[in-house]
Amino acid sequence: MAQIKAEDIGKKTKKEERAMMWRSMKQNKACYAMLAPFMIFFIIFTVVPVVMSLPMGFTDFNMAQAPKYIGLSNYTTLFLSDKIFIKSIRVTIVFALFTGPVSYILCFLLAWLINELHPKLKTVFTLIFYAPSMANVYTVWQLIFSGDMNGYINSFLINLGLINSPIQWLTDAKYVLGVTIVVQLWISLGAGFLALRAGFQNIDRSMYEAGAIEGIRTRWQELIYIVIPSMGPQLMFAAVMQIVSSFTAGTVAQNLVGFPSTDYKAHTIMTHAYDYGWVRYEMGYASAICMILFVVMYALNKLISRLLSKYMD
Amino acid sequence: MAQVNTAKLKASNKQAGRKIGGTVAIFLFLTILGLFMVLPIYLTIVMSIKPVEELFIFPPKLYAIRPTLDNFSDMFATLHQNRVPFSRYVFNSIFVTATVTIAQCVFASMAAFVLAKCRFPGSRIINSIIVVALLYQSNVIYIMQYIVMAKLHMIDTYWALILPSIASPMGLFLMRQSIGQVPDAMIEAAKVDGAGLFRICWQIVMPNQKPALMTLIIFAFQAAWNIQTGTVVFQEQYKTLPTVVTQAASSGLARAGVAMAAAVFMLIPPIVVFMIAQKNVIETMAHSGIKD
Repeated sequence: MAQIKAEDIGKKTKKEERAMMWRSMKQNKACYAMLAPFMIFFIIFTVVPVVMSLPMGFTDFNMAQAPKYIGLSNYTTLFLSDKIFIKSIRVTIVFALFTGPVSYILCFLLAWLINELHPKLKTVFTLIFYAPSMANVYTVWQLIFSGDMNGYINSFLINLGLINSPIQWLTDAKYVLGVTIVVQLWISLGAGFLALRAGFQNIDRSMYEAGAIEGIRTRWQELIYIVIPSMGPQLMFAAVMQIVSSFTAGTVAQNLVGFPSTDYKAHTIMTHAYDYGWVRYEMGYASAICMILFVVMYALNKLISRLLSKYMD
Repeated sequence: MAQVNTAKLKASNKQAGRKIGGTVAIFLFLTILGLFMVLPIYLTIVMSIKPVEELFIFPPKLYAIRPTLDNFSDMFATLHQNRVPFSRYVFNSIFVTATVTIAQCVFASMAAFVLAKCRFPGSRIINSIIVVALLYQSNVIYIMQYIVMAKLHMIDTYWALILPSIASPMGLFLMRQSIGQVPDAMIEAAKVDGAGLFRICWQIVMPNQKPALMTLIIFAFQAAWNIQTGTVVFQEQYKTLPTVVTQAASSGLARAGVAMAAAVFMLIPPIVVFMIAQKNVIETMAHSGIKD
């Protein structure tokens, strides 16, 4: 008896909940109306393709025939017998560890330092640091790191007498990853950097004035007690962009040191996915690779947002 | 009393601990680092005005001995050989870029306002889906997108270039993070005054969001300007500038100079938009009026 009654109560509240939700949905009509234009395009061109692509990792799909379900086979192959994938994990981790944190700190540091300057200089310096991410200039980097004597770096080093013969920057297994990291860092002051610049501009001037009255003496104190606590949302945005750009990097390496790179030294997970997706047309396998990358990035994102929110509170 | 007054005066004129020496040091540091950042772009510009024979001099020069615009005229000459007049590509690019940029900014701002400031059934789920969408990068999506577009009969039309780029999760995320900082009290006050959500968004919140909005305009313009027609448009008359410029730069021998000219040419509009937008961002600082 008592059990049935308890179940009944549960059902009733569920029904009531649904009615309440319906009522609050009606109350918030305006919200849905304002959300609709974005969501319509978002659902059609992002959500639907993503949902369609999710099951692909469990199939064998070559784009010519219909996908065939093969269970976890893609994943077991990846971890147990694909040696190049294991190598690409190592490359991606090294790559992300170097470019991610360094570029994140650079973004913040430069955005802050620029903020200390005269307004006219602000525009100029913001442009200087942001311009690389607007330009598509792999050709010039190829000439800078060119392996013959005409390469800018080689000719510079030869003139200084530091080396006698040109170094094969783009093909020597010792250097390819380093060169890729340098160029990636060069273009990495992108979305996160600009968002942080905007965040600095958004801090109300009266906050600084109040801080000065309350005894803040140096720029450092101002940074720690006023600026960082009010930049939480922008710091989070920059962190997400940094995770994405450092873990999904691949185009820089492909354009610069060739594809595949010497001895797979600059072969990231994304390059591996590109290899199977667009070169070998094994879309199922490529999906599985991307899925693993997504899980890693999602976990990292959760970790960072927890760290940041702890610090902000 | 007098002491407090002078302290206040000082504080209102200056921020804490600003020494001229520190500012000069910052300026020098940024200049040196900035030179390294600019060097490759400077070299790109130099190469674009170098005549072909100067590309292979040893040691390579950091300037052009006899600057020329040959590379640019080469590029335009190649472009004029196409069946479609060059002005058509310019029109295509401007049309696509303008539509995408405006739609993206308007839609993302409204959606971001609602997601940041209203609680309604589904708001939390949508908020987390946006971040997931940012993190989920898969090359399989492009195929699925193609299938969707084919089903909607969009292939080989302007729509294939415009519609997929309108809803950018990154733009929404940027705006949401920024609008979240607007004090709730301001919105509540407007509600009490009888303003609807739409008016609150555009007349009260957005005027205070200039820095974020200008940043979004830069991102949106840059992405839209670089849209390649790739696999969704095959007819020459719908192709955009980046597509044909890349083609022009990669055909023929000794094209390094032309490739540089193409890069420089394509970089000009984003830089102009960037300068205008950044100027607006920095001006807002002077009279921002948000108070908690």
